[in-house]
Amino acid sequence: MGRKILLEHIDVPGINTFDVYRAHGGYKAAEKALKEMSAAQVVEEVKSAGLRGRGGAGFPTGMKWSFLDKKSANPTYLVCNADESEPGTFKDRYLMEHIPHMLIEGVIISSYAIGCNTAYIYVRGEFKYIIGILNKAIREAHANGFLGNNIQGSGFNLEIHVHSGAGAYICGEETALLESLEGKRGNPRLKPPFPAVKGLYESPTVVNNVETLATVVGIINIGAATYAGIGVGKSSGTKLISACGNINKPGVYEIELGIPVEEFIYSDVYCGGIKDGKKLKAVIPGGSSVPILPQNLVCKTANGDVRLMSYESLADGGFQTGSMLGSGGFIVLDEDACVVRHTYTLARFYRHESCGQCSPCREGTGWMEKVLYRIENGEGRMHDIDLLVNISKNIEGNTICPLGDAAAWPVAAAIRHFRHEFEFHVKHPEIVKNIDHGSLEKFNI
Amino acid sequence: MIKITIDNITAEVPEGTTILQAARQIGGDIVPPTMCYYSKLKGTGGKCRTCLVKVVKGSEADPRPMPKLVASCSTLAQDGMVVENTLSQEVMDARKAIVEFLLINHPLDCPVCDQAGECDLQNLSYKHGVEGTRYEEDRREFDVIDIGDKIKLHMNRCILCYRCVYTMNQLTDNRNHGVLFRGDAAEIGTYIKNTIEQEFSGNIIDVCPVGALTDRTFRFKSRVWFLKPMDAHRDCPHCAGKVTVWEFGNQIYRVTGRKNEFGEVDDFICNECRFEKKDIHDWVIEGPRKITPRSVISQNHYRNTKKQSIILPLDEKTEPQQQ
Repeated sequence: MGRKILLEHIDVPGINTFDVYRAHGGYKAAEKALKEMSAAQVVEEVKSAGLRGRGGAGFPTGMKWSFLDKKSANPTYLVCNADESEPGTFKDRYLMEHIPHMLIEGVIISSYAIGCNTAYIYVRGEFKYIIGILNKAIREAHANGFLGNNIQGSGFNLEIHVHSGAGAYICGEETALLESLEGKRGNPRLKPPFPAVKGLYESPTVVNNVETLATVVGIINIGAATYAGIGVGKSSGTKLISACGNINKPGVYEIELGIPVEEFIYSDVYCGGIKDGKKLKAVIPGGSSVPILPQNLVCKTANGDVRLMSYESLADGGFQTGSMLGSGGFIVLDEDACVVRHTYTLARFYRHESCGQCSPCREGTGWMEKVLYRIENGEGRMHDIDLLVNISKNIEGNTICPLGDAAAWPVAAAIRHFRHEFEFHVKHPEIVKNIDHGSLEKFNI
Repeated sequence: MIKITIDNITAEVPEGTTILQAARQIGGDIVPPTMCYYSKLKGTGGKCRTCLVKVVKGSEADPRPMPKLVASCSTLAQDGMVVENTLSQEVMDARKAIVEFLLINHPLDCPVCDQAGECDLQNLSYKHGVEGTRYEEDRREFDVIDIGDKIKLHMNRCILCYRCVYTMNQLTDNRNHGVLFRGDAAEIGTYIKNTIEQEFSGNIIDVCPVGALTDRTFRFKSRVWFLKPMDAHRDCPHCAGKVTVWEFGNQIYRVTGRKNEFGEVDDFICNECRFEKKDIHDWVIEGPRKITPRSVISQNHYRNTKKQSIILPLDEKTEPQQQ
């Protein structure tokens, strides 16, 4: 079992209240940062810890903070991206639900580091109950002098506002999130200018994921050097992985980056192997939008190296034979799962969630879904498979925001690795039409 | 001033110019087509992706190429930047793909569309599209609605360029239409039977690149290529009063803004000029509007070209069919 930084006290009863959290070392890091460190020191600490954004892109957090436009006359804002909507990813919800004060503390330290006095937490619309939890935590932090004016006598002021989204996946994209936060339609903005220069209300803004901000607490607590010592290479520290699919123990696990994928799937500490003793078919290692990995590429890379749970190792081989760590939504498919149906489900999701602003994504996601629907229901033809590859290629890279890529990658990868299944659907429509995909009872729900 | 090279042609442009504006300054075939960008409206652009170009050299200071194709309408030119538009096969392929995307849900009802002949999408697909379609599914369908007594909305034809939204935002006080829903269900709408009747609202007809917003006072009156566009002006209390009137004989069929070679109007005109002044005596005619000889509208009206001053009889023009 690896070292735990985020979920160390997760099992303590009442850890969601201020008193219990405080008794277990909570808000120590905030005190330390506010009283003993300068803002620049905190940024330096996060930089040297090698923390990378946990939302999916893996951009170094310290670097992101240092891009802030310091000459701007407008105030700086910190926005916490809690719009976690990626299918297969549910780590932030877990963190906010069980240990909300860690996020509040992370926001305090990060705001101090970037010199911001107003922070926003943009919570996904479907997480209505999380908003109550966060607001309660904020009230408690206020009552104990960790929010408001002159926090703990340090002279630093901070207010945190919780804002609810309205149920759009696209608002997890940082500029769409800012638009939504400003009260507009959640369409992604054109970049540049980046949020670090012109973000919320035309002011310099940092947008960070929930887990990223919570990790800052751990970095200040244990020190950058210790934190950087965990993990492998440029993937330092620990990461929450939300495992789901056909495994024995689905749930959120904190892993040290760099453990083998095989260990993560089969070890009893983590996923506990494939359900009902079946064989592994494929893994989507980083949330629904990353390319799928077939069984022969899950535990070993194309070069024969052991595949590790790290940003670099999962991306090894590019999109031909690799994937991405993404947001850590680990979806496991067993031998009975149908990749075509799975791909269709994802395509349907992206079609529904496309904002409709730019043409490749608006038209392309709908087109892909319709073609996949035909194949899945035994009405496809052989040339439809190549058509899908071509549509996904035409969407990829030509859109305003990464949603187009996210919609195109899974389809392209599924056909790349599981073309025989698509062909089977085309060749045997009578079998495909009669498959009973079962009701929800099959999944013990 | 900074130097930018587009398709091997170098131009000097002021700092803060976009790649597209630099290309328009050079002119000719290297200008990327635009469907959503409108230079007179702030904030437009970046949505249709038809103006994608390849930046092979970022700038003199940072010569790295840009990893993806960029929207030329919203990317600023840098000193020493080298851009490929028509020279790059990647750009041409991407543009072909975008045309295909724009057309899959377009009804292609050009024979009965008032915009035919002056439609940006028609021109774009003529130049960059492919014959035939790979799309076999049902197209999106909406009802045709009247938004106000002067403007008709054919949502089927809309390519969601957002130009009309920006127009109403920037020319009028109270925009009461916008984009509803999202993804391929997104539509322009007035939300529960509002009507668009604000002063200057008629300009959304001019900015619409397709036939989604058409003039009800001109609906099915004539095809645009049968009309003669003439520059005209009048003393208007609301706007500059500089318009193009479209005549047939001595009768004015419709009034529009004066569109330049990029399909953008020089001045926005008021609703009174556009919809109510249809009498020839209301206007001072300045002379024929210059239309590019490539446009179907120029057919049969002007013979500006030096090549041929005599119109040949029809049978000499057509190629012999017997061979």
